[in-house]
Amino acid sequence: MRFRPFAWLVGTAAAIAVSMPLVGCSPADQDEVNLYSARQENLIRPLLEDFTDQTGIRVNLVTGAADNLLQRLRHEGRNSPADLFITADAARLHQAREADVLQSVDSDVLRANIPERYRDPEGLWFGLTTRARPILYHTDRVDPDALSTYEALTETPWQGRVCIRSSSNVYNQSLIAAMIATEGAEAAEEWANGIVANMARPPQGGDRDQIRAVADGVCDVAIANTYYLGLMLNSEGRDREVAEQIGVFWPNQDDRGTHVNISGAGVAAHARNRDNAIRLLEFLTSPDAQEWYAEVNQEYPIRDDVPASTTLRGFGEFQTDDIELYRLGDHNAEALRIMDRARWR
Amino acid sequence: MTEPTSTLTAPTARADRWRPPFRVWSAVVFLVALTLALPILVIFGHVFVPAGEVWEHLRETVLAEYVTNSLLLLIGVGIGVLLIGVPVAWLVSVCEFPGRRIFQWALMLPLAMPAYIIAYTYTGMLDFSGPVQGLIRELTGLGYGEYWFPEIRSIGGAMVMLILVLYPYVYLLSRTAFLEQSVCVLEVSRTLGAGPFGGFRRVALPLARPAIIAGLTLALMETLADYGTVAYFGVSTFTTGIFRTWYGLGDPAAAAQLATVLLTFVFVLIVLERWSRAKARFHHTSRRYSTLPRYQLRGWKATAAFVGCLLPVLLGFLLPALQLALWTLQTPEQWMNARFARLVFNTFWLAAAAAVIAVGLALILAYAKRLEGGRFTHVAVRVAGMGYAVPGIVIAIGVMIPFAAFDNALDSFMRSTFGLSTGLLLSGTVFALLFAYAVRFLAVSLQTVEAGLGKIQPSMDDAARSLGMRPLQTLTRVHLPIMRGTLLTALLLVFVDVLKELPATLILRPFDFNTLAVRAFELAGDERLAESSSAALAIVLVGLVPVILLSLTIGRSRPGHQDQHRSTDPEPPAKPLAMPAGTTNTP
Repeated sequence: MRFRPFAWLVGTAAAIAVSMPLVGCSPADQDEVNLYSARQENLIRPLLEDFTDQTGIRVNLVTGAADNLLQRLRHEGRNSPADLFITADAARLHQAREADVLQSVDSDVLRANIPERYRDPEGLWFGLTTRARPILYHTDRVDPDALSTYEALTETPWQGRVCIRSSSNVYNQSLIAAMIATEGAEAAEEWANGIVANMARPPQGGDRDQIRAVADGVCDVAIANTYYLGLMLNSEGRDREVAEQIGVFWPNQDDRGTHVNISGAGVAAHARNRDNAIRLLEFLTSPDAQEWYAEVNQEYPIRDDVPASTTLRGFGEFQTDDIELYRLGDHNAEALRIMDRARWR
Repeated sequence: MTEPTSTLTAPTARADRWRPPFRVWSAVVFLVALTLALPILVIFGHVFVPAGEVWEHLRETVLAEYVTNSLLLLIGVGIGVLLIGVPVAWLVSVCEFPGRRIFQWALMLPLAMPAYIIAYTYTGMLDFSGPVQGLIRELTGLGYGEYWFPEIRSIGGAMVMLILVLYPYVYLLSRTAFLEQSVCVLEVSRTLGAGPFGGFRRVALPLARPAIIAGLTLALMETLADYGTVAYFGVSTFTTGIFRTWYGLGDPAAAAQLATVLLTFVFVLIVLERWSRAKARFHHTSRRYSTLPRYQLRGWKATAAFVGCLLPVLLGFLLPALQLALWTLQTPEQWMNARFARLVFNTFWLAAAAAVIAVGLALILAYAKRLEGGRFTHVAVRVAGMGYAVPGIVIAIGVMIPFAAFDNALDSFMRSTFGLSTGLLLSGTVFALLFAYAVRFLAVSLQTVEAGLGKIQPSMDDAARSLGMRPLQTLTRVHLPIMRGTLLTALLLVFVDVLKELPATLILRPFDFNTLAVRAFELAGDERLAESSSAALAIVLVGLVPVILLSLTIGRSRPGHQDQHRSTDPEPPAKPLAMPAGTTNTP
């Protein structure tokens, strides 16, 4: 018989199309919790598995970009299956709050675990980890004494020596939003213009790429999140060599402090498994989970009583910018406009 | 569907019987086109919300850059895919040179490479921190800025990346066209004194034009919709602008208006092409085929052909795939588990189902358009096929909004009327996902199917009908068998596109439903290239299955090849034949 790929292909595909709706269905499970997570699966799945082992509660997960998940939550409305919404930055948590897709949670455990400034006053969202965005410099080419503040990087000595990623990235938007909140829009705009003038190259790549560029001599300083450097230091091969040439400088220690952001979560407004969602939140702020974040992901624990990883402790103690985090969300659009005007790509 | 009537009836009676199906077809096409256009219409709905001040801001700051970069990308990628795709298609279709049999399918391989993956991979190799420049510095002792090296993360780099993965569209469609061309026209051109190049330039190329343009249009639409590559390279285009405006500036209306400008580009492209084609038709008037005698290339010509075919495969597939394979071997923990097998399974079936749906819909639309060339049908089909140029995420949101609205409306109704809640019926299901794929990739199947259908002369329809077939029977019994190669091409293209599809999958999928593209992107987006490599490599490998199937069938689909044993063609082939493997089957 002649082999007929066409018939074969159409036949199987049609059979599959019929059986398709069965794929991806989870068994009806009463004891479960549904998660919309802007944290990637591999950064959260191991913890969720621990949670299931300890409590017997099954965790169903959809990951995606925070903006899109938030949009999905909003449009699904009161029928949304989501119980918990996890993001990797504070601005989106605030936007979720403003969009009325979160509900207030009153938990003594969460109140005890999370410092006040890292959670919403009305319990609509809770921080899970923190990350700082300091100045990273090349230890051979830059004298840390020459560094002082974010603002100082806009001065003439730094012309052509600064690397920072695109303005499309939310961490940069939040950095500028924080400046708007504390120093005012004018100062923030001046800063954006100054940084663009001192850039060694048009923004490209992610935070790791900025770190690599510093090591390779494309630029001398970069602004990037701490966990990227921490992860590179704990990797093998070239990235580790790169990271070992980099020093961390904590800017603005004499005034507002170094910019920090959080990853966090809030219980969905129409959660059907509200209690399970709260249990999961409490679990994520437990010492074990916090240690896991610190060690595996190189993020700062949200709890004061859980130590940061050895790598992060090596970066030194620092004063954080204590601005109320919800204000990052308020100033996000304005920050982006400022960067547009500054031609910050 | 009924059995074809074998009895003769009076012509007038038949003419009466045909009329109802025509109305059925036009109703069907209306419904299908409207449904598929729904997500785009939903997005367009935002256009009428005044965006005012944000739009001012865009115009004063970044809009000019979006336009310039998008146009530059279009022009660069357009020229690139034509310069690579058409010549190599011609070489492997009508010439004989070492390696041709391998190249005829190997040239399709880059199709399985997602653009963002190849961009990440090449950046890893070629940017300042990569091994290539590191070696240069080691050998010469120079530092940053002291020597010239092309900057990979630039608009030029983005063009090259997109050309490398998109040229197969042009190659695939033009090769199919070259193979389906009646050899008679080529033979006539030869008897009239045209050399190999003259025959190509003056006969084969103009005849293959609809197919080449179809391939080009697909490549350009995908260029416009690309997000991953341009975002990573820091090139501001409409796509990145739409994202920033929607989420960063929080203004869906202005974002929709940007998307509208984007679609205007597509409209202009399509209209220009239709206009330049004017009244020309491209079906073949002869049903006589014979196996194509290949030009035997020798010496430097053979070498040039070999190198010309090798380079796109090497750069677009072999090198990046090798790099991915190396990384995959370094990270066994990522793929040696049951979860990864599940990923492959999900992805494969999803893509297969979406391919069948998209091609089925394309057939309905294209055939309805052929049956009655009314202006309305034309417009409906055009609009339904525009989803390809729209960034996947915009389509996804266009699907999400009406589906959720429908679900919630139904739920409210059921609650208030019967006191029971239906919840979300469509949102967050595989159905929503498949619908989004159909909207997004209809253009791929539609372009291909239309190009194939356009080559069948209308007299075939007339003949079939005069023998008592209904339109549907004509389609299934006459057109489909002739178009087998075309249909397979369309199936493959959609299949591979769905394999690579990311944004819609990400946002519309059900709980715990992952695909290879989602996995690859999540890790690559976090700059964990090595960890992402196994998923990327699996996309490539799963994509290979239909590529090989297709290659076998396209070779066979050339009418001359199939019918050679029955052929009454009096003229024997002039030169010894070199037939591709798999073409010598006996019926």
